[in-house]
Amino acid sequence: MPTEHIVRSYDEDLRKLRDMIARMGGLVERQVSDSTRALVRRDSDLAGEVVQRDVQIDQLEREIEAFCVRLLALRQPMAVDLRLIIAGMKVSNDLERIGDYAANAAKRSIVLASLPGLGSMNGFERMAHLVQENLKAAMDALVQGDAEAAERVWAADEPVDEIYNGIFREMLTHMMEDPRNITAATHLLFIAKNLERIGDHTTNIAERIHFAVRGETLPEDRPKGDTSAFAVVRGPGE
Amino acid sequence: MSLSTETQNATGAAKSFGGMQARSDAALNSARIAISNLDFFYGDNRALKGINLDLPDRQVSGVIGPSGCGKSTLLRVLNRMYSLYPGQRATGEVMMDGENIIADSMDLNALRARIGMVFQKPTPFPMTIYENIAFGIRLHEKLSKSEMGERIEWALTRAAIWDEVKDRLDRSALSLSGGQQQRLCIARTIAVRPEVILFDEPTSALDPISTLKIEELIDELKRDFTIAIVTHNMQQAARCADQVAFFYLGELIEVAPAAQLFTAPKHPKTQEYITGRFG
Repeated sequence: MPTEHIVRSYDEDLRKLRDMIARMGGLVERQVSDSTRALVRRDSDLAGEVVQRDVQIDQLEREIEAFCVRLLALRQPMAVDLRLIIAGMKVSNDLERIGDYAANAAKRSIVLASLPGLGSMNGFERMAHLVQENLKAAMDALVQGDAEAAERVWAADEPVDEIYNGIFREMLTHMMEDPRNITAATHLLFIAKNLERIGDHTTNIAERIHFAVRGETLPEDRPKGDTSAFAVVRGPGE
Repeated sequence: MSLSTETQNATGAAKSFGGMQARSDAALNSARIAISNLDFFYGDNRALKGINLDLPDRQVSGVIGPSGCGKSTLLRVLNRMYSLYPGQRATGEVMMDGENIIADSMDLNALRARIGMVFQKPTPFPMTIYENIAFGIRLHEKLSKSEMGERIEWALTRAAIWDEVKDRLDRSALSLSGGQQQRLCIARTIAVRPEVILFDEPTSALDPISTLKIEELIDELKRDFTIAIVTHNMQQAARCADQVAFFYLGELIEVAPAAQLFTAPKHPKTQEYITGRFG
């Protein structure tokens, strides 16, 4: 089908919307990767930068939302255009939450840098790597209008959940071994949870992109693997 | 031509979606008028090609498409207006209450009392407001003066214009504004108590507020009447219609519940048209 609208400025508006979301996605990807690097390298300066940059993301979200409202009011979009604009609002909202989680992880990593290390950061690195990969693939799917790629991202969150479960158990063990680990382990737990939530928001983004491109919603039962909600701690001798 | 096979697929897809839709509140009623394999000819020119379409009972069917796509022709078939013109003919079936509307044996006067039509431009007769309504009723029924008065009040009330004209029923209908004239024409149409009302771009000559009043009226009327509305205004179809049919070059490309058609149309041609990408 012809991809151009009869009214050319409408095409420019939609292109601008895509660009804004892609720019926001790029910023958020960087926040996630920098916050993880700050954690692993115990780099408080980098963590501080991540925290400061969060305002840019919030600002972009407001701009995207205002622009979408404007498009809805002035263009009265239909079909694929309507779906893109609605997806734009939703995706920017998810990206903003992801940005918050990254900033929160960065704040915690500043505290953690002042405490003794607590074992290997491999799990965090792997988890962060996976969510970043998914987030990047989701943003690429948006730019290219690729519903299949979005569906792959949507279905790829399970390994993230599995690593999260591992970290959860590991942190519990640290805390049971020595109460002095509790502060660091709790912060690390929250960071892991943040990464896990980032994975969930990424699947939301993938769902939105799939809907924008295809006009069909994905099934409700996404493959999920976070079992930590059912975990029970048993003390020694229990 | 490849379009016709695509059409088959698209209508098939739309039908299956209609099944899915039955779970939501947008479920469509059973057909009041069932059109099958309808072809229409202006002389040798085939203006409608193998149309299969149901008009669900007491719901609004919107018909959209570019100029010359056959949407007004469809309305002309439904009330047999084409029969006034030699050389114009329809083949296929348009079933209502077990009768084929387009059969030669159809009593056209009776048919037009059952299927009313409202046109693009208001067409009041150069008579009083009262006579405008009474005229049509007298063609079909003999009513006493008081019955006639009641029927006229009922029709004007249903057309949401009674309060504006009740004190001047003896004034010329031409003294009314465009929007009022159109509501008067709707009153005239419903005064003979039809089952189906056809609207052919009923608001294209009206200002936005008068347009909304007509749309509100259509929403009100669908409780009792089956309605088909042809419109160039897609937002109007989106606002008014329960199901929307998209016509292109005499073919029905896609029919679906309005929310489905305007958010996720199945056929690329529909998408091009409703998003403003038409070549």
